[in-house]
Amino acid sequence: MFDIRLLPSSLDSHSATDRLAAESPDAGGIATFIGKVRASESDLAAVEALELSHYEPLTLLGMNDLGYIARERFDLMGLVILHRTGRLFPGDPIVCVAAASRHRRDAIQAVDFCMDHLKSAAWFWKRELRGGEWHWIEPREQDNDDLARWCE
Amino acid sequence: MAVTILFLGPMRDLAGMESCEVQAPLDWAGLLKAVNGEVAEQLLNRRVNVACGGEVLADKTSLNAGDGDEVALLPPVSGG
Repeated sequence: MFDIRLLPSSLDSHSATDRLAAESPDAGGIATFIGKVRASESDLAAVEALELSHYEPLTLLGMNDLGYIARERFDLMGLVILHRTGRLFPGDPIVCVAAASRHRRDAIQAVDFCMDHLKSAAWFWKRELRGGEWHWIEPREQDNDDLARWCE
Repeated sequence: MAVTILFLGPMRDLAGMESCEVQAPLDWAGLLKAVNGEVAEQLLNRRVNVACGGEVLADKTSLNAGDGDEVALLPPVSGG
C-alpha cells in the first residue's frame, strides 16, 4: 500500500497505520513517525497556532516523487506519507510517515529519509502565532545538514 | 487573458496580496518590473524559485509566461 496525501482539515494517523499493517501481512516490521505542533520553543512565547501553506501543483507532486525515491532506495512493502495543511494547534499531528518492510532497517531508514526530505525540501511554508502575532518560520541550517546525510 | 502572479508563503506579506494579474507575455525583466521593490529584491536571491505552469524553472531568468499561465514566486521553504 502506498498512500501519499495532503490533508486540509484532519490527520488520522491510527487508521492509516492500521491499514498499512493490514495490507502488508508479510512485513516483518513497521516504523511510524508522527510529527506534532510543539506548544513552546525555548525562550519564545508559547505557540498558539501553526499555519501551513503549500502550492497545490508542486507540493503533492513533490511528495509523490519522494515516495518513489524511497521505494527505489529501500526495500519497502508499503509507505504512508500524510501531511497537514491549513491551521493547526499545539498537540495536533502535522505529519505521519510510516513504512513497512521485511526487515526493520529499511522501514526505519525510509521513515528517517522521508522526514529529512519533507522538512527541508517539500513545498511548505509555515508561520506560527505567538503573542498574538504571526511569525514566518525561516529555513534552518540543520535541515540541510540532515538532508546531506543521504547524499554520501 | 493574462498571466497570474502568485505570491507564496512570506512573499505574500511582502507583496501585500496573494496574487495579481499582469498582461501576457511576461519575461524575467517584466516580472521584476511587475512586482514591488521588496519582492523584486527577494527574486534576485538565488534561493528564491519561480514556477511557471506548475514547473519550477531551472533558470528563473528564462521565464517566458504566456496567456493563462500561472507564475508562482516560491521563497525558501520553512524548516522544522
